[in-house]
Order: sequence, then C-alpha cells, then structure tokens
Amino acid sequence: MDIRIPLGQWVEDFVDVLTDVAQPFFDVLRAIFLGAHDLINLVFQSPPFWVIILAVAALGFLARGWKLALGVLVGFTLILAVDQWENAMDTLSLVLVASIIAVIISVPLGILGARFDNASRILKPILDFLQTMPALVYLIPALILFRVGVVPGIVATIVFALAPGVRLTELGIRGVDKEVVEAGHAFGSSPFRILRQIQLPLAMPSIMAGVNQVIMLSLSMVVIAGMVGAGGLGGDVVASLNRLDIGLGFEAGLSVVILAIVLDRLTASLGTRKPRVKKADAVPSVNAEASVSQKDEQLVAASAS
Amino acid sequence: MSDTVAVEVSNVYKVFGKKQREVVKRLQAGASRGELTALGTAAVIDASFEVKKGEIFVVMGLSGSGKSTLIRMLNGLLEPTAGNVTVYGSPVSGVPSKQLREVRRTKISMVFQHFALLPHRTVLDNAAYGLEVQGVSLDERRKRAQDVVDRVGLSGWEDKLPGELSGGMQQRVGLARALASDTDVLLMDEAFSALDPLIRREMQEQLVELQQELGKTIIFITHDLNEAMFLGDRIAVMRDGRIVQVGTPDEILTDPANDYVAQFVQDVDRARVLTAAGVMEPARAVVSGSAGPRAALRTMRDMQTSAAFVVGNGRKLLGVVHDRDVLKHVKAGNRDLMTIVRNDPATVGPDQYLVDLFEPAAESHLPVAVVDERGRLLGAIPRVTLLAALANVPTTTGENQVIETPATVAVEVITQTLRETAGMTDEVDTKTRVHSDDVEAVREGSFN
Ligand SMILES: Nc1ncnc2c1ncn2[C@@H]1O[C@H](COP(=O)(O)OP(=O)(O)OP(=O)(O)O)[C@@H](O)[C@H]1O
Ligand SMILES: [Mg+2]
Repeated sequence: MDIRIPLGQWVEDFVDVLTDVAQPFFDVLRAIFLGAHDLINLVFQSPPFWVIILAVAALGFLARGWKLALGVLVGFTLILAVDQWENAMDTLSLVLVASIIAVIISVPLGILGARFDNASRILKPILDFLQTMPALVYLIPALILFRVGVVPGIVATIVFALAPGVRLTELGIRGVDKEVVEAGHAFGSSPFRILRQIQLPLAMPSIMAGVNQVIMLSLSMVVIAGMVGAGGLGGDVVASLNRLDIGLGFEAGLSVVILAIVLDRLTASLGTRKPRVKKADAVPSVNAEASVSQKDEQLVAASAS
Repeated sequence: MSDTVAVEVSNVYKVFGKKQREVVKRLQAGASRGELTALGTAAVIDASFEVKKGEIFVVMGLSGSGKSTLIRMLNGLLEPTAGNVTVYGSPVSGVPSKQLREVRRTKISMVFQHFALLPHRTVLDNAAYGLEVQGVSLDERRKRAQDVVDRVGLSGWEDKLPGELSGGMQQRVGLARALASDTDVLLMDEAFSALDPLIRREMQEQLVELQQELGKTIIFITHDLNEAMFLGDRIAVMRDGRIVQVGTPDEILTDPANDYVAQFVQDVDRARVLTAAGVMEPARAVVSGSAGPRAALRTMRDMQTSAAFVVGNGRKLLGVVHDRDVLKHVKAGNRDLMTIVRNDPATVGPDQYLVDLFEPAAESHLPVAVVDERGRLLGAIPRVTLLAALANVPTTTGENQVIETPATVAVEVITQTLRETAGMTDEVDTKTRVHSDDVEAVREGSFN
C-alpha cells in the first residue's frame, strides 16, 4: 500500500503562493517588527548597565517589595559578571516585542471567543494546534516569509506564545459574575461599555495570568529563535551547542533562567495585585437607625481599629 | 397609586429549548406543561397583568415557578417567546437593542439578589452607575448619587468598596444605584433573600418608606409569603409558569383561587397580614343620632342586640346606646337620643392589622368599630369574626345574629314599650328608614 497524502506538499505550495502574492505585505510586517525590536533594543542597550539594573530593581520593589528588588540586583549583576549583558538585553527586547504583539493579538481574540460561542468553537482547535506543534516547525515558514534575522524569531515566538493569552482572556471574561454583567445591561449599558467597565476589569487577574504565560513562553522560545539568527542569549546557546562549549552554554542558559524568574515575578504580581483600598481616616457615621444589625456594627468596629 | 399603567404584560410566554414556537403553539392549544418537556422548558406561560404607577406588585411562587424569567422579560434581559411587554407605552419586547437600552436607561431599573455591584468601584461610583450610563456629567452624577446614598443610610461609606460592606449595606448600594438612575419602575428579584432575617425586615420597612416618599413603581419577586404580604399592594402567585391568582394580600388570604394558593398561604401569620377593613362586617345595629329613642329601640329589637352604634351627619360615629338606657328613655318620654349616647366604642382604622385588634376587642363587649380617618363608621368587627379570620374559617354565615351582643331586655318588653308610646313619634320612624338606607349605602361603599 502506498497511499500517501501529500499534505506537506500542499502546505509548501501554500507558503509558495503566499510568498509570491503577499511578499510586499510580509516585507512591511518585517519592517514593523524589526523597527519595534530595534527601538526597544535601543532603550535597553544605550543607557549604562547600572541604570537598567536599578530601574528593573525599582520596578521589582514597587511590584513586590525589597525581596524582588534584591533578587534583581543579584541576578542582573550575575548576568553582567558572566559577560552576557548585551545578549540578555537583546533577548529582553525580543521577548518584549513578541509578547506585546502576542498580547495585542490574543486579548481581542479571547474577547471574541468569550462573546460568541461560534468563535470559541473555531478558536479552540486552532489554539490546540498552535500550542502542541513543535516550536521549531514555525521557524521554517517564518524563515521563508521573513528571511533570516530577528524577525522570523519574533514571528515564531508570537505564534507559539499566543494560545494562553487567548484562552485565559476568554476564561476570565466568561467567569465574570453573570449578575454583574446583567446589571450592566439592566441599566442600559452598551455591550462595549460593559466590556470596558465590567468584563475587562473583572477578568483582569485572569488576563494578566495569560500575559504572564505569554511572556514565559516567549522566553522559552528565544533559544530556538537563536537558531535562525535572532541572536541574543539564544545565539550563544546555539553556538555552545555547535562547539560543545559547556561553559558558554551554562552561562547563557543561566542568564535565560534569571531573566525568566525576574519577568515571571514582575508580571505575576500584576494579576494578583489587589485594588488599593483607601484607609478610612475616620469612622464613618452610619445612620443610627439604618445600621442596627450586628454585622454592620462589627464592620464599623473593624474599620475603626 | 394612580390609574396610569406603568407596566403592561399581555399573554407572555417564555420557553427555553430548541422548539420554542412549537411549545407555545401546543400550550395555546391546551397542552399541559408536563407533556412538552421533551420539546422545551415552558418557564412562563400566558402571563398577563398590569402594574399601576406607584404600586408595589409582588410576584410570589416556589422555586422554579418562573418568577425570575418573568421579571427578566420586563426589562428585556430575556426576550419573550410570544406576547408583549410595554413600560409606559414603550415596547420592551421585539425592539432593536438601541431602543431597548433607551427604555432601560430612562424607565426601568433593577435590584439584584446577590447585589451585582461593581466590585472595583466605590459605593458612590456604584450608585452613580446608572447616571453614568445615561451620560450625566461626573460632578452632577456624584452629587445626585450622594443624595441617594444618604437617603438609604450609607452616609460616610461612599468611598468604600462593596467588598468592605456587610450584605445589608451592599444591598442598600444596589437600591441606591437603582434609585439614583431615577427611573420610575424598579424591578427587584429576590432582592432581600440573601440577607439575614433582622436586616431583611429592616430593608423591607425601608423599602416601603422609600416607596411612599418617592412613589416608585416596584415589581418585587419573592418566595417568602410573609415578605410578599408585607410589601405587596397586589400579589401575583405563580405556579409552574402560570400566574394562578392576582389580588391584594387580603384577597389572596381570604379568598384563595385554588388549593395551591390556599396551601401556600396557610402558614402565613394572618394577624400581621389581614387588615381590619379586610375582615370587618357591615355594622348592622346602627341608628341615626337625629332619630328618636324609639327608632333606636326598634332597631335593637329587630337586630336582637343590646347596643347600637349611633351615627351623625355623613355617618360619623358618635357613640353607642344600650338597650336598657334607651328603654328607660322612651318610657320617660324623652325624645333626644343624644343625651344617653355613651362615648366609648372601641374603634380602629381600616388599615390596622388584626394584631392591633386583640386588645380593643378584649376590652369591649361590643363589636370593634372600624372608622376611617374622618371618623366615619365603615363596619364592625365582632370578636367571633376576628377569631374566625385568624382561624381561616368563613365568616360570611348569612344571618349572623350571633355576632351581635345579645339583647339584655326581652323582645316582648321592647315591643310593649313601643306600642305604649306609639303615636308620639311616627314621623321619626320614617326618618329612621331613610337613614337606614344611608347606612346600607355605607356598607356597600366600604366593600368596594
Ligand atoms: N436559561 C435557561 N435555560 C433553560 N431553562 C431555564 C433557563 N432559565 C430558567 N430555566 C427554567 O425555567 C424555569 C423557571 O426558572 P426561574 O429561574 O424563572 O424560576 P424562579 O421562580 O425564579 O425560581 P427561583 O425561586 O429558584 O429563583 C425553571 O424550570 C428553570 O429550570
Ligand atoms: Mg429566581
């Protein structure tokens, strides 16, 4: 039996047609991605290293307190000490560009999926496909469409990291208390206002968990992106693999780990941060007859202490 | 309450499931709900009613009877499968969503069972939400929301988040949000069910107070009969998707449409629900103050009672006369009844609950007189009637001499006396007749 579906051939043909027909379009995309990457890279590369370290440490302090700030100081100094600073900043730029674009794509898709059951049904298998396809495979069409360099790395990273952003956005919005959404409708809000003022704010922890996942997946993709000349830490990892240079591999790998931990802690805190509550300066005076209930009195007492 | 119709519901059906239209058709053709479960769930079946402006209309029924489905069709959160809903003449069913939003913004708002507040917004901004949607400027809506927040008793809490408030207070915010949006109609779906009993009672009282102040039209859903009876001007009882009875609390209690309603209401605390006007009887032994003592005596003989209410112009209750006094008076040839009127009948207002009647009824050997705010006699409540109403046995026994205080003077003696004194006041007799017609009119009037 020699029945073989030439599926691979079809996909190849499809990509060929794409390159023929839409090459100008991909060139524009390439220019945009490249520009974004260069811009962000400039921000990270041009100031002296200690400015970056202090800035990230300050972010860490704001987000999580002094522990994270200290962690950033130690970790980033280590990266500097093993001479991976430039690579790390390259990688950071690549991760940020890819993550930002992935979030820009995935959040609206998640909203779409939450709003329309049909959209959800279509998205689900596509996301499954994107998430389970070996990441390397994305590199091939990306290489063909965007040529060697940073851009195919970014594109492959975006595609690979998209799924959790979509899923967690959809999950978050669907999980918003139905009665609260109903209240929005009951007072005459438009669907867009409900999305903006009720669904998105209330789904924010879940969406932020998605963003966190997107960033982590992006980071895990940079090593692979290094294979197509995206440079950064991935470039050194690939180089060390070729030369069986254990030392270099470890140093670059460790830098990836440090970046990953810092990014994770920074973004994870976005989702869990509680809405800041203003401290009451005085005990609110509740209408005497309106609050005879015990519960209410406890509350007054609690807010007084 | 006025005669303006605030919400009109006509022949509304709501079916969940695949074959909604077919289910409606079969229901209209007379099929029962149970036969059609395979095709879909008929949550509301052929509901029709009108809610008047300023009324508290309560929808009551067991869990799953379709109350929430019904109320959600009133502001278009659910679209009826068949039938029409209008709010102040604006259709809510079958209209484009833009128009529907306009109705919700201007005419009808809602209070939710689990409050449904925006947890990321302060109390004040929650209260202002409806105004914000209406496009009111920030300063203006904060100011208006503040007024309402004060009114519901949350002054000082406006900068808190809902999560920092107790359940009762959160629902006050829910109420404030609905009131601030300044719509006439308020929908409340089990708004107090999530609160514990003490706070619940408090909220009910506050709601009634606010309603009286602001004259809102309120449609309130509950499965708690006592709550329904306490709040409702009228109550609709639902069962398996159908409205089985609409009536005042008194009507539902004293005249249940079927066994289901009867069973539903059997546990209610009747003394706190039934009013004097709801159980009173026509006052039978009534004489006019300007009629002479002979007329009074004759009335008491005919009624076989020992006392009669004396009414003046416009049926104003003046007091009571007792048969012995009148007899003496007639024998003495005195023509003025007013000199022997005793000023001591126990009186109650028509809206007073039966709990308030026990004391006067116990202390008076006469039926308790029911008088309106201008002192006019509307009816009387003998002790037997009071007890019968509480025990839920019919009191309309027709010829109920039993309920009047039995005569203390023998009929023969009275007849004898009347005969002896005949001729002296014949013209008064005719006058009495005229007056007793008036009294008849009062009875009818008070029962409409
Ligand atoms: N969205 C829906 N899809 C299918 N069936 C529904 C839906 N909403 C309600 N129902 C069904 O309609 C019937 C009436 O439900 P509804 O929620 O109106 O009852 P309820 O009187 O409000 O009850 P409760 O006191 O429990 O709130 C129930 O049998 C319910 O299962
Ligand atoms: Mg319900």
